[in-house]
Amino acid sequence: MANNNEIRYLNPPTVEVRKKKYCRFKKAGIKYVDYKDPEFLKKFLNEQGKILPRRITGTSLKFQRKVAQAVKRARSLALLPYVTDLLK
Amino acid sequence: MIKQYETVFIATPVLSDIQMKEAVAKYTKLITDNGGEIVYEEDWGLKQLAYPIQHKTSGFYYLIEFKADPQFVANLETQYHRDERILRYLTVSLDQHAIAYAEHRRQTRAAKAAAAAAPKAEEAPAAEVAEAEVNAE
Repeated sequence: MANNNEIRYLNPPTVEVRKKKYCRFKKAGIKYVDYKDPEFLKKFLNEQGKILPRRITGTSLKFQRKVAQAVKRARSLALLPYVTDLLK
Repeated sequence: MIKQYETVFIATPVLSDIQMKEAVAKYTKLITDNGGEIVYEEDWGLKQLAYPIQHKTSGFYYLIEFKADPQFVANLETQYHRDERILRYLTVSLDQHAIAYAEHRRQTRAAKAAAAAAPKAEEAPAAEVAEAEVNAE
């Protein structure tokens, strides 16, 4: 039988089509990340107030550095907490 | 050489309105006296701090945008540092994108304020009455 070597599935295997990540700053044409806007910066933080990695947010390296800078400035001005639980 | 800067400071919440105005006047005067030029000022008012600083959970935020000589910034920061009323301060130099952003922010805020003021024009008499009541107390 020619089909012996073929793996056969009962259900057709579901191929996950992953949405391509993109850098929201490049897409929206934002050139400056403002440290005075904590609500916006919260999009780049997890629940404990840590900065999310690029592999999750999809931010480009250039803007990840700027986001990190802005978050740290906001933290020092007590606009964002250094450590917390349940930020969102 | 003149560069554009932006400084935010947090003053203690124990200050009265007049004392806060004094503090602001002190720093604006310091900037202008040292050959600086004030571009913009913004009062954020009393805000809750994200974490306590010197056992205080809130503070008066004030933002000043100014143009000055880079050597002046160290001077300004020493003044902040010596001032017991100031809990925190941050001075940042603005690059071209930041300046563009700041201008845009200013305009949108002004537009928002104008939009908020326009519908309030009808309510204005009521607000005045409320203010008068507060003053009466």
